[in-house]
Amino acid sequence: MKSNILQKSDSFYDIFTRKGGTQLQSTHYCPGCGHGILHKLIAEAISDFGIQDRTVLISPVGCSVFAYYYFDVGNIQSAHGRAPAVATGYKRSNPDSIMISYQGDGDLAAIGANEILQAANRGEQMTVFFVNNAIYGMTGGQMAPTTLIGQKSTTTPRGRSAQNEGFPLRMSEIIATLEAPVYVERVMLTDTKNIARTRKAVRKALSIQIEKKGFSFVEVLSPCPTGWKMTPVNSKKWITDVLSRYFEPGLKKDVSEDRQPVIQMRPQPHFDQYHELLDIKSLSDELKDIALPEIRQVNDEIKIAGFGGQGVLSLGYALANIAMGHAYQVSWLPSYGPEMRGGTANCSVKISDLRVASPIIDNPHTLVAMNKPSLKRFENDVQPGGLILYDSGLIDTAPERKDVQVMGINATEEADALGSTKAANMIMLGAYVKLRGYLSKDYILKALPLIIKNKAFTELNEKAFKRGMELAKI
Amino acid sequence: MSKVLIKGNEAVVRGALLAGCKNFFGYPITPASEIAEAAAYYFPLLGGTFLQAESEIGAINMVYGAASSPFRCMTASSSPGISLKMEGISYIAGAELPCVIIDIMRGGPGLGNIAPEQADYNQIVKGGGHGNYRLITLAPNSAQEMCDLTMLAFELSDKYRNPAVVLADGIIGQMMEPVEFPEPVQVIPERPWALKGSADSHNLVCSIELEPDRLEEHNRKLQEKYAGISRQEIRCETIHCEDAEHIFIGYGVVSRILHSVVESLRAEGIKAGLLRPITLFPFPAPQIEHFAASKKLRSFFVCELSAGQMVDDVRLAVNGRKPVHLHTRMGGNVPSVKEIVETFKASL
Repeated sequence: MKSNILQKSDSFYDIFTRKGGTQLQSTHYCPGCGHGILHKLIAEAISDFGIQDRTVLISPVGCSVFAYYYFDVGNIQSAHGRAPAVATGYKRSNPDSIMISYQGDGDLAAIGANEILQAANRGEQMTVFFVNNAIYGMTGGQMAPTTLIGQKSTTTPRGRSAQNEGFPLRMSEIIATLEAPVYVERVMLTDTKNIARTRKAVRKALSIQIEKKGFSFVEVLSPCPTGWKMTPVNSKKWITDVLSRYFEPGLKKDVSEDRQPVIQMRPQPHFDQYHELLDIKSLSDELKDIALPEIRQVNDEIKIAGFGGQGVLSLGYALANIAMGHAYQVSWLPSYGPEMRGGTANCSVKISDLRVASPIIDNPHTLVAMNKPSLKRFENDVQPGGLILYDSGLIDTAPERKDVQVMGINATEEADALGSTKAANMIMLGAYVKLRGYLSKDYILKALPLIIKNKAFTELNEKAFKRGMELAKI
Repeated sequence: MSKVLIKGNEAVVRGALLAGCKNFFGYPITPASEIAEAAAYYFPLLGGTFLQAESEIGAINMVYGAASSPFRCMTASSSPGISLKMEGISYIAGAELPCVIIDIMRGGPGLGNIAPEQADYNQIVKGGGHGNYRLITLAPNSAQEMCDLTMLAFELSDKYRNPAVVLADGIIGQMMEPVEFPEPVQVIPERPWALKGSADSHNLVCSIELEPDRLEEHNRKLQEKYAGISRQEIRCETIHCEDAEHIFIGYGVVSRILHSVVESLRAEGIKAGLLRPITLFPFPAPQIEHFAASKKLRSFFVCELSAGQMVDDVRLAVNGRKPVHLHTRMGGNVPSVKEIVETFKASL
């Protein structure tokens, strides 16, 4: 029979130099505290399982804030209650690690209740050790979410009352109701028998993670003689007689036999593939064989407006793309923020041979109005000498401005005649290109299918664009 | 020229992945959600992690965890979400970890609205969390810079082991412009301090230090680092400033509007210039001091989408040598060129 020699685990430091001060071989924990015992059981398991070099332990806020003084593993000290989120971040980045989230009752069940619930529910590959001593030890004995009804603390001087503070939270039972967790058990640090049970639970919880089966949770009822103002011996008795009556020890959930290891395969594309995978495809690279007209002095500020669904944003997008392909400077800005008042969609496109300063258009050179409200709203903004293109089929009153060029295009009806109302925007594009004259028709016909990728519209868009050019009579 | 017409918010995600970022943790919020959405699609394709966290607090703490690992990580949000992240940001700065945070600012205070504002200046540049920390803050004003400054943010963040923020507004995020994407960064600087396990001697990430002398020493070390950043990393753009009598100062979308203002004033024969901070921390104070000392210069004119937050830093740099005028819009309103020109002329 194998004999166990009791000695310090390799997963503890020999001397606790991080602690500072003169007593470098004892812990900062009070006499009779349960943390030391649980630390030992965890350190022993880490060493026995040979996972010391890949274990990261999260020290919470609470008495175990200094767990990193003792554990010779990777250590992160986290904010109050956030240990499961921190562990999630590290584990996702470095999946071969073993994550231990070591938390107290205030940390886990009060300020960090959401983090633990969500990490458990995602089935994060981590092991949580939840030390429940029914009190805030570190801050001097205030009420914890697990403080019992009637139990006195510095913030429940007359005892916890259900009316005022609600009931103690049974976290193991709550976690056990979730689908994802693999193993949930409550144990207690009272006597040799129960410490042995705790040891078993610690090892089982870590094994589950080593086997990549998922989330495991061990709640440990642990004595706090200082916070409870009891002797260590009476503290253990109080756990047995009182605390464990409300927080019943035992197995709450175990599906470790049925769960298969979750191993994520991650693609590792070569750097050469990055641009392709990121859909970084340049129009001008694809159309580099097409001769382009020379760059002219252009400074057009185009406001395109209409109902949602008339394709005003995609008309602007297509126009900006085409102009960019001709090596002009462009910007495209959708209606956004306060501009969205009034129910019309609009976008602002700037096209220039020089760097575009402001992308915002206060006074457009060109207005493409696809419905009546849009015309009404923007007509008076158009710069003198500018251009108003409007859908004369949908807008029965022509623009009143005499100082701008006005052209009605029966875009929607013409698009219907070609087969779909949706092509009205491409008719407007054709009209714009014809009237402004600085963009190449051949280029656009090649570019359109690359810009508007839906193949069902390729032929229709081409016809509509050509029709628009015909309709715009100079 | 191989350019792609793309939204600023989407350029951020491409830039991050081209910078070798492996982990994205985020929470949906308008007007920054497109960043999370694009990240959800592209990060896994390149072997990275995307995780929608349970909260902004969850997301920043996941970043804290991932930032302790050997790989680059980021998050993105908008003003109210950034407020929630402040606790975590303080921890990350205190523990001297690198990460990139994108803030697409919206209207506040409180729930405010989703329209563009620049009222996060103080909480980002001056530090919204507790303690004496600074965040490297980059302010893009184009879709191209949304990519480039995101990549730079990763570089500076690693170089100084400090969180870096890309501080943009809703317009810069929503606007599409041509972007030329660089080739991917193939070699990420070594991270000898990252957590691996006990075999590594530097195996602790923490921000706690009970001993006052040691915590003071840590703070002094941080301040030295920030002073070094201030000496080394200021970036700003000047347009027509050399002979300017009036210099306009603004960042983000405001700098684009001010560019139009300056061109329009120049066309009238008024010697106007534009100084655009690209880094907000470090702030281009020496550059402003230089112009403040110039005999030709008559006034500075600051424009912000806030009640006036950056203007404090401008006034500190100008130090009373020249008048500093301020034009502000809030609530999601954006000033027109005409409006700024009129206010400016009234200030003469």
